[in-house]
Amino acid sequence: MTIQDIKDILQANVLWAGEGVLSQEVHTACGSDMMSDVLAFVKDQAVLLTGLVNPQVIRTAEMMDIICIVFVRGKKPDSAMIELAEERGIALLSCDQRMFTACGLLYENGLRGGREEK
Amino acid sequence: MSQTISFHYDVPGDDFTRAGEASGSVKKALKKVGLAPDIIRNVAIAMYEGEINMVIHAGGGQIDVDIDPDAVRMVLKDQGPGIKDISLAMQEGWSTAPDDVRSLGFGAGMGLPNMKKYTDEMEIESTVGVGTTVTMTVFTHPREEAVS
Repeated sequence: MTIQDIKDILQANVLWAGEGVLSQEVHTACGSDMMSDVLAFVKDQAVLLTGLVNPQVIRTAEMMDIICIVFVRGKKPDSAMIELAEERGIALLSCDQRMFTACGLLYENGLRGGREEK
Repeated sequence: MSQTISFHYDVPGDDFTRAGEASGSVKKALKKVGLAPDIIRNVAIAMYEGEINMVIHAGGGQIDVDIDPDAVRMVLKDQGPGIKDISLAMQEGWSTAPDDVRSLGFGAGMGLPNMKKYTDEMEIESTVGVGTTVTMTVFTHPREEAVS
């Protein structure tokens, strides 16, 4: 699935996406409001779904090589966060679904959870 | 790369939004050096966890990073309250972080265990009332070796 597919499936708004990012293929995702858990349990996931909105979400994605963040429950980052993501080439989407529904819709369409680190 | 590249960072303790700036900058430098993506990520995650810890628990601190052909070494030093019981702090899920930190997405008690998991070597020296120094090493396993 591509980032564009994620946008369509979740009827999400694109808050920022670099050139060519929407057509990028992704195979795995994770969903969490705890960045501690993302850092501890995630490996090779390209997409992060979260309801948490603060700059550390962008930084966590940066450290984990995550290329797209989807904010659930209609959450929207502020301009400083969007700028931080832009500098790092991380696409930002926002959708109205709750976490469970958003993850379920993406799973149903073929996106998987990937494997755990080490 | 034949020489050691060194970085020093002063991590401010009063601004949670800036936590991770040092780790992001080291990650960028490691990409330029051309290390394997897995190694870069291990360094970035371990240092980021340490940097977050410094801001949450110790009011900031200093980080020194040495990148040489064999390894990336990180020394994170703070003048915070110190860790009373290091073996307890190393247990997954054990945390002294206040609730407001958890609402920011951290403080799950995974920081120190995670730093150990992503590094090849880790040492913690801590004195209550004086501060904590965490030294971490990630070996770079040069690509020539991996190929041969």
